[in-house]
Formats: sequence, C-alpha cells, structure tokens
Amino acid sequence: MKIRKGWKWLILPIVAGLLVAALTLSGCSSGSLGTITENGSTTVQPLAEKLAGAFKANNPDVNVVIQGGGSAVGIKSVNDGTVDIGAFSRELTAADPNLVKHLLARDGIAVIVHASNPITNLTKEQVRDIYAGNITNWNQVGGQNRAIHVVAREEGSGTRTAFQDLVMGKNALIKSDAILQPSNGAIKTAVSSDSQAIGFISFGYIDSSVKALAINGAAATEENAKNGTYSLVRPLYFLTKRQPTGLVKDFIDFCTGTEGQKIVAEEGYISIE
Amino acid sequence: MSRYFIDRNAKYLVLVCASASFIILAAIAIFTLKEALPAFQQVGLTHLIFGTTWRPTMGGFGILPMIIGSLAVTLGAMILAIPLGIGCSVLLAEVAPHRVRQFLRPAVEILVGIPSVVYGLIGMLLIVPLVRQIGGTGYSIAAGALVLTAMILPTIISISEDSIRAVPRRYKEGALALGATHWQTIWHVLIPAARSGITAGVILGMGRAIGEAMAMIMVTGNAVQIPTSPLDPTRTLAGGIAVEINYASGLHENALFAIGVVLFMLILAINSMAILAIRRGKRAQDVC
Repeated sequence: MKIRKGWKWLILPIVAGLLVAALTLSGCSSGSLGTITENGSTTVQPLAEKLAGAFKANNPDVNVVIQGGGSAVGIKSVNDGTVDIGAFSRELTAADPNLVKHLLARDGIAVIVHASNPITNLTKEQVRDIYAGNITNWNQVGGQNRAIHVVAREEGSGTRTAFQDLVMGKNALIKSDAILQPSNGAIKTAVSSDSQAIGFISFGYIDSSVKALAINGAAATEENAKNGTYSLVRPLYFLTKRQPTGLVKDFIDFCTGTEGQKIVAEEGYISIE
Repeated sequence: MSRYFIDRNAKYLVLVCASASFIILAAIAIFTLKEALPAFQQVGLTHLIFGTTWRPTMGGFGILPMIIGSLAVTLGAMILAIPLGIGCSVLLAEVAPHRVRQFLRPAVEILVGIPSVVYGLIGMLLIVPLVRQIGGTGYSIAAGALVLTAMILPTIISISEDSIRAVPRRYKEGALALGATHWQTIWHVLIPAARSGITAGVILGMGRAIGEAMAMIMVTGNAVQIPTSPLDPTRTLAGGIAVEINYASGLHENALFAIGVVLFMLILAINSMAILAIRRGKRAQDVC
C-alpha cells in the first residue's frame, strides 16, 4: 500500500509535541517569579537546605531550590548560568573559572574510626602515612595488631580534594587500593560497620556511630577549628557569576548575616566571624 | 469512513512507535560517542584501554583495572549462578509438584523487581562483613559476585525453565520408553535439547551483571587497581561512571563517556552472542 494522505499520521505526534511544549512553558512561567536556584557541593547541601527553609519562612512567596551534585557541578552550572548560586567546598584555584565567591562557612574534616577503636589521637603525619600506604597496621600507631582498612572519597570530590591539600600535601597520594565511597554518608556507614576502618568526613556529618580522632592533640570540635589548633579546615563558598542583585543578594546576605550564621553553627559547621 | 481511515493508517502509527525506540538507541549511541571522542583523541585508544593508572584529575586515564574488575565480578557471578540457576529451573520445570511451583515461580519473579540499591544495601550490611571474616576489608570482587548472583539468578531461572518446558514432549517420552530414569532423561535429553534457551538466559544474565552500577558501587570498594585475589577491592566500568560523573568536568567527563562506549561495546557483544546462541539452537531443533 502506498502512503496516500501520508501527512495524516503526522498529526498525532505534532499535537502531542505541542501539548508537551505548552505544558512545559506554562509550568516554567508560573514559578519563575521569585525563585532562587542553587546546586553543587554535597557538603554544603544539608546546610543550604536549612538556610533556604529559614529564608522561606521570612519570605513565603520566594521559592529556593536546593540541589546537590558536587562541587564540580556547582561551579560548572553557575558558570554556564544554569543556576543562580553554585556551592563549592574547597579553595578556588587558578584553573577554576573566575567567579564571585561568598564565604558561607568553614568546615572541618574529621578523621573517623570505629567507635570500638582504642586510638583517640593521630598526628597529621600519621594520617598521611596511613592514607599513602606507609602505615598499614594499627599497632604502628599504638593500636591493636590489626590491618588498617583505609576508606576515602572518590576522585573529584571536594572533600577528597580538600583532604589531599590539607593532609597529603603535594608529594603524597592516597593509595590506590583504598576503599572509595561516593558520599559522606557512605563513608560513615562503611567505617561504622568495620572495626578496622579509618575514614574522613565533614564535621556536619559526625554522630555517635563513629569516633572522630583528635589531630596533633586537638579534638575535632568547632572551637578548636575556630582558634586554629585543629588544622583540617576548609572554606565553603557560594559562587555567583556576577555581583548578586535582587533576591539572590537577599538570600546570600541572609546566609552570611547573623541569623544565617546561627544556623551554620547549629548544623555543626564553623561560622564566619 | 473513520474505521477505514484507522485501518489504513494503523501501520504507520506503529511504525512511528517502533522507530521511536530505534531513534532513542541511535541518539544514545551518537551522543555517547560524541562526548567520548575528545578522550579518545587526547588520551589515545591504547592508553585508555590498556593503561593501568586512573587518576583523572592528574592526567591518568587507564581503564584496564575497571575492565578487569567488571569481567572478574561477572565471571564470579556466572560460576555461582549457572549451576544454581539451571538446578532451580530443572526443579521448577520437572521435579517440583504443581503447588510448590506455584509458590516458587512468583517468588523468583519478585527477585527481578527488587531495586538494585536494595541489593547493594543488603550486600553492604550482610555480605561485606561476611567476606571480611575470610580476609581483607570485605569490599571485594567476592562480595560483588555474590550480590550479582542474586540479581541475575531470576533471569537465568525463568528463561531456562521456559526452554526446558518447550522441549517437545516426545523427547522425554522417548527417553523414558527406552528405559532411562527420570534423572538420566533430564541430564542427557532435556538439558541438551534446551541448551540454546539456557545459553540465552545465561548470556542475558551476563549482560545485566556487567551493566550493574549501583549495587556494585556499594559492595566492591571502588578502588581502581588490578586485583590479585577475589578478596581485593575493585571497580567496575558501570560503577566507575556512576561514582565519578557527579564531579567530572572537561576531559575527565569525556573519559567517563569513553568508559560508556567500552561498556556499550561489551554489552553489544554479549547480546549478539545471545542472538547467535538462540538462532543456532533453533536450527538444531529444526533438524531434529
């Protein structure tokens, strides 16, 4: 059979397409007035959600959309204009695009072990040697005669990059047979279920399921991080493409202001002075 | 009038539906290739596939450890799942009374519907500590293979069972009439006759195993290294993409798409093997 009236079977897809387009457009326009979008670092995400909640309580007609994705996603999306604010959990380098940074908080990185591990303190050098693979048994750092199970974050993670900068330095690499877990939560689960494990997570994720070690004698507390005795501390930034205006400026001012910084401290991050 | 209109044009409507799936496949293939191209150009195919160092933020783009990791967990799962799966399918098709089968078959089918993150979680909290008792950190090829076994068993069982049931009745009757026992009939007549279907089931299971990402991320430890023992941690191709795609940008992202291309090729090869196996089996049956 020939395709007579061939155009007729095109009607259905075209109508369907128009319908979808119309729905999408109407969906966008209805919410676009008063929406702030943010994505990026998963370390910042829980904090940003709390801040957004408090901001919305004061400004009920404003919608703040918070998403994760990781620091690399945050910097990329804000640079290409997909979101208003990108969350970033390490210091910017020369290789990163030129953006406006707003210091939101500081975050300590805690080195954690299983709650039953007798070790309570390590030096930064010991942590580096453990992660580089030079120390492989807990008895080399004063613990029991058991192998150390090293758990780290995956390549590209802001927390891993910060750990590399703060602990490993330029010349040491995290050993290649370390167990890698893709989030702070997954590291905590892995360490809390293995009595020989060591891992590192953001201060905001510490709870009673794991034990945070003191580094060079300074306990992993907000106070020590603030006064400089605890050295594994990194900045958390909100990035914007240009100097923010309007709603975005209001939100960032709220977050870096007194009220926002109170929430920062409540969530276990280190507030900026 | 309108009935004739529908009648005459229905085939074009289904043509549109059918071409949609082809267009989606082509779009995925083209997009993946396009995104992977810079990695192939800048890193080079040999460095990429035979390189052993994966440090994408420092210029190391070798995915050989991940290829080996994928093949190792899949092989491990196959070694466990093939005997278990064929055994279970023989039970369902030949041995079990109707009532047992009525209960067992849906149970096997439910296994397919469980999301892989649930398999991963059970693996992480149950199987990983179990493997740790034997040695190492527990996050290992062995743990990955065990979890995959549970995930692919239902595929192997249901396809094998169907193909054992599809063996013409006269084969079985003939064997029994010649004095063969039930067991001899199963082992020497039914299983060989159903070979092509069983092979197809095994290969489809293999395809599922090699593409699994979520559960593997949770139990294999994701360390990029060439493993020397089943207790060593490893990273699979699919797991490697899923772990890093959130953070990747630039050449790193292209390299992840290149992993996707390699995975695509592997799965294509496995599926072609399945089609060949089914076709060869059909021809063998036609001859009989």
